[in-house]
Amino acid sequence: MRGTTAQQDLIRGIWRENPVLVQMLGLCPALAVTNSVENSLAMGIATFFVLCCSSVLVAALKRFIPHEVRISTYILIIATFVTVADMTLEAVRPDVHKALGAFIALIVVNCMILGRQEAFASKRPIGRALLDAAGTGTGFMIALVMMGGVREVLGAGTFLGVSIFGPSYEPWVVMILPPGGFLTLGIWLLGLSWWQKRRAGDGDAAPTDAIQGGGA
Amino acid sequence: MGDLLWIFVSAAVVNNFTLALFLGLCPFMGVSGRVATALRMGLANIFVLTITSLCAWALNTYVLEHAPYLRLISFIVVIASLVQITEMAIKKLSPALFDALGIFLPLITTNCAILGLAIFQTNRGYGLFEGLAFALGAGAGLTLALVLMASIRESSELADVPDMARGTSLVLIIAGSLSLAFMGFAGLLSST
Repeated sequence: MRGTTAQQDLIRGIWRENPVLVQMLGLCPALAVTNSVENSLAMGIATFFVLCCSSVLVAALKRFIPHEVRISTYILIIATFVTVADMTLEAVRPDVHKALGAFIALIVVNCMILGRQEAFASKRPIGRALLDAAGTGTGFMIALVMMGGVREVLGAGTFLGVSIFGPSYEPWVVMILPPGGFLTLGIWLLGLSWWQKRRAGDGDAAPTDAIQGGGA
Repeated sequence: MGDLLWIFVSAAVVNNFTLALFLGLCPFMGVSGRVATALRMGLANIFVLTITSLCAWALNTYVLEHAPYLRLISFIVVIASLVQITEMAIKKLSPALFDALGIFLPLITTNCAILGLAIFQTNRGYGLFEGLAFALGAGAGLTLALVLMASIRESSELADVPDMARGTSLVLIIAGSLSLAFMGFAGLLSST
């Protein structure tokens, strides 16, 4: 196994191996709940919490989990924390809980979380697993806010509920509806790959940096 | 009867699982390269969704009344194990069907459409037959979206797309246009 420093473990998930924008994991929530910045943040925080808690628990219990039933065990651990997050959000912010609907419960089947358990937390010490989870969770949150920001600004003319363009702005309603989610993510990916191509073309500094992850 | 038909149509086109609710995107992105594969994936989905609907109904009716906080955990465990058992049974009883569904069965167990169906069904308080109509409609909708996407991708294979748009971003933008088209079905809702 290649050695990585603690700092690399933390940083990696935030941008270079960003779960949504690079590895294409956890697309369902990234598209479904990002119609406003507030919803995106709530979803990001809930996922962050579930990812950190389950990574720590999986890393702590890795010696006791039989190899054959490891996936089911991970899913059980994740489902427990999702239930906690679901009920907490319902108690603290019932309006946001209502807006996110079933998608909080669907964090269970977010392949990003299961992926981190299988690829990282089940092999490393607790501290490293927590760092990795925090990095990946932050990366996920950044991607969600990038999506939510664009969609709320264009689709409602506001950012976090604060009006930006003034009352004369005619909102692009389609951006808050489902097609807007697909289009926004598609255009973000297009922009990012254009930017990477340009950077790789300018100097030969880091051509291997550009494409990472994928089936990892 | 009209109610059941309505649930079916609503799940299949108006609130299409993939294009309006964003459930089951992983197979939508992954196996939509060929029409034949997409069709088989869709069939496997219909199959698992139907089983899930039955399971969720049974759990809700007989078990979870007294322990609603166990809902998520029991859904995922029961669904995953039942699909596994079904897969073994099909392999034994009907190898031809197993060959057709093949590797797709285990793949879709962790598909968000499956758990999503169970949760939506519970939230809306569907009974046994309503749940089945919902599951069939959702499955038909998923299959429709998959096959449409696969046909578009097959015919756009030779198109001269700029290099950086190839792959996921092109698929997402096509999906966006499809989703836009499906929004037209929302008109069905207001006409009744």
